Amino acid sequence: MKKFIKLASLACASAMVLSTTAFAEGETFKIGSIGPVTGPAAAYGTAVMNAAQIAVDEINEAGGINGVQVEFNPQDDEHDAEKAINAYNTLKDWGMQVLLGTVTSAPCIAVEAEAVNDNMFLLTPSATAIESISGENAFRVCFADPTQGTESAKYIGEHALGEKVAVIYDSSDPYSSGIYGAFQAEAANQPFEIVAAEAFTADSKTDFSVQLQKAKDAEADLVFLPFYYNEASLVLKQAADMGFTPTWFGVDGMDGILSVEGFDTSLAEGVILLTPFSASAEDEKTQNFVAKYQEQFGEVPNQFGADAYDGVYILKAALEAANATPDMDANTLCDLLKASMQEITFDGITGTGITWGADGEPIKAPIVVVIKDGAYEFM
Amino acid sequence: MQRMKTNKNFKSNLITYGIVIVAFAIAQTLQSTGNLSSLMKGLLVPICVYVILAVSLNLVVGISGELSLGHAGFMCVGAFFSAFFSKCMVDVIPISGLRFFFAVLVGAAGAAVFGVLIGIPVLRLRGDYLAIVTLAFGEIIKNVINVFYIGRDSNGFHFSMKDQFSLGMEPDGVMLLSGPQGITGITRDSSFLAGVILILITLFIVLNLIDSRDGRAIKSIRDNRIAAESIGINITKYKLMAFTVSAALAGMAGALYSHNLATLQASKFNFNTSILALVFVVLGGIGNIRGSVIAAVVLTALPELLRGLADYRMLIYAIVLIVMMLFNWAPKALEWRERYLGRIFRKSAKEGK
Repeated sequence: MKKFIKLASLACASAMVLSTTAFAEGETFKIGSIGPVTGPAAAYGTAVMNAAQIAVDEINEAGGINGVQVEFNPQDDEHDAEKAINAYNTLKDWGMQVLLGTVTSAPCIAVEAEAVNDNMFLLTPSATAIESISGENAFRVCFADPTQGTESAKYIGEHALGEKVAVIYDSSDPYSSGIYGAFQAEAANQPFEIVAAEAFTADSKTDFSVQLQKAKDAEADLVFLPFYYNEASLVLKQAADMGFTPTWFGVDGMDGILSVEGFDTSLAEGVILLTPFSASAEDEKTQNFVAKYQEQFGEVPNQFGADAYDGVYILKAALEAANATPDMDANTLCDLLKASMQEITFDGITGTGITWGADGEPIKAPIVVVIKDGAYEFM
Repeated sequence: MQRMKTNKNFKSNLITYGIVIVAFAIAQTLQSTGNLSSLMKGLLVPICVYVILAVSLNLVVGISGELSLGHAGFMCVGAFFSAFFSKCMVDVIPISGLRFFFAVLVGAAGAAVFGVLIGIPVLRLRGDYLAIVTLAFGEIIKNVINVFYIGRDSNGFHFSMKDQFSLGMEPDGVMLLSGPQGITGITRDSSFLAGVILILITLFIVLNLIDSRDGRAIKSIRDNRIAAESIGINITKYKLMAFTVSAALAGMAGALYSHNLATLQASKFNFNTSILALVFVVLGGIGNIRGSVIAAVVLTALPELLRGLADYRMLIYAIVLIVMMLFNWAPKALEWRERYLGRIFRKSAKEGK
């Protein structure tokens, strides 16, 4: 028993040593991040944390922000609002000055309610629900759900991609149903007609034959797929099996479809998607990011990673514009950053010339790509 | 003899109340002197939620001897009813404390109604049927809430089971409940004080029920159904009583939970949450109310306090669960506890005399 107590106290002591940081207060910028690293949404959180770490390492190598090093602390929230609050409080105890996160929408709403009270600056890379950035302290890197739906409808209408449009969406997912809602509202102003709108839920996302059959019976010539790439790969496969070949149109969640394991990428030929990021873009920044991500984590990064990578650089740009110093507390920094976010113009891998309004939404042009020969091609 | 027994029970109950009040006093002192970290401050209300949930489940599992695998379902009903009530009444009742009081009542009443509805047919059966039905109930209630869309504008309430856009609301309309996205923008009416008061109310109800005539009837059904029936105890009535009280208390926990976060989704109240509550009860000791309180506090705080260990925290959490189970239930551990801890307690008892 004595031995056990010794072991236990040793474990506790080492845990305490591990958790204390190497830097003293006020010598570094402390950026916290919250996202699901375990649980059902772990793929998104992991992508964000990995990419943000790459960006932070790059910044530190290049001399930091205003000559000050950056510390990055990712915390797990298991895609649960309650755990996200705990993670947020842990980061506050750590001395976080700015928050990059949270990754997913619902936890972000809960964290934002806390952050707005504390006047903590929040920049979410990928939470798309409108309420995720309800306060003045919050900004976002990606498009909000309704923006994507509206932009998709406009694009389809303006380029006459289809006349009879079918929509398949995930009614249990706020992301998917949010996009569908805005798409449907904008469709009324566009020259095409929605002939079928079929829903599925998280519990029934393996068999899409009913939805596809309905879309086929309605003679749809374009099918809008506002959901993630894993389900989309199944939809494409099952549609091919039943000989249904409309034009497919996806949103940013579709990004990643070419790297789904066991998926015949020739089925994705001709798929059009609205995405902020293309891993095959040839500019230097993207190439550099993709190469580093592949080297460290062994896979091609998706838009979650790209948003996070840009997010860190946006923080850097805003902190530099505000002439921030690391001895400022979170409250002061938030007031400075709120102003400087609206002044900066940012060029990154998810868009160029991005600016922000007071509402925290990014103003940038949507990028539309088509999949050709297993790679993205700009339209 | 009888008087001595009630006295002993009374003393034990007082200790349970005492533990809660002392813990509350310590936490408040730490908080007012600024010694409590943000993490612990944020954990205070969730701990209260899980204590209430664990105690209420112990009433079904430990005292009435039925297995409920869908306790999160009752919590879900309580959370949504109370949050919906608060969303509607935020302009009518501006005082947050009063609004929360009514919200808790609404949540508890809503959960109790569902408890009765499920209990009436199922509690007449023998065997593990209650476990199966409550398991199904937990999943069904989650999916039912996921298809409801309710909004309100100047014309009144709008209701749909399809999507937000088929509500046809005026531009001034606000969404109250939007399907899988749940309820957002709930006022933060929960506080640690409210949580502790609710714990004390829960303990008062459960402990008094156990020691009452009705409670003895419930326990007699658990211990020997045939014997209880033979002396004229109405089995369904007493089982239903325990089950409904338990459901109402879980609804109360739900109300406390929903008013602590700005957002509420039905997906939170899944099978895992039900099992978590069952873990609190089993590790704290089936039928041991004080044990449930302690287990809920420890097991809620532990994974958060282990955050410093990053990826290993869930591994260590699992090991702690196993160690706790062995400590509580293994025959050798019981023997060891009897020999060492028992001696200490006996000694202090002697000195007390």
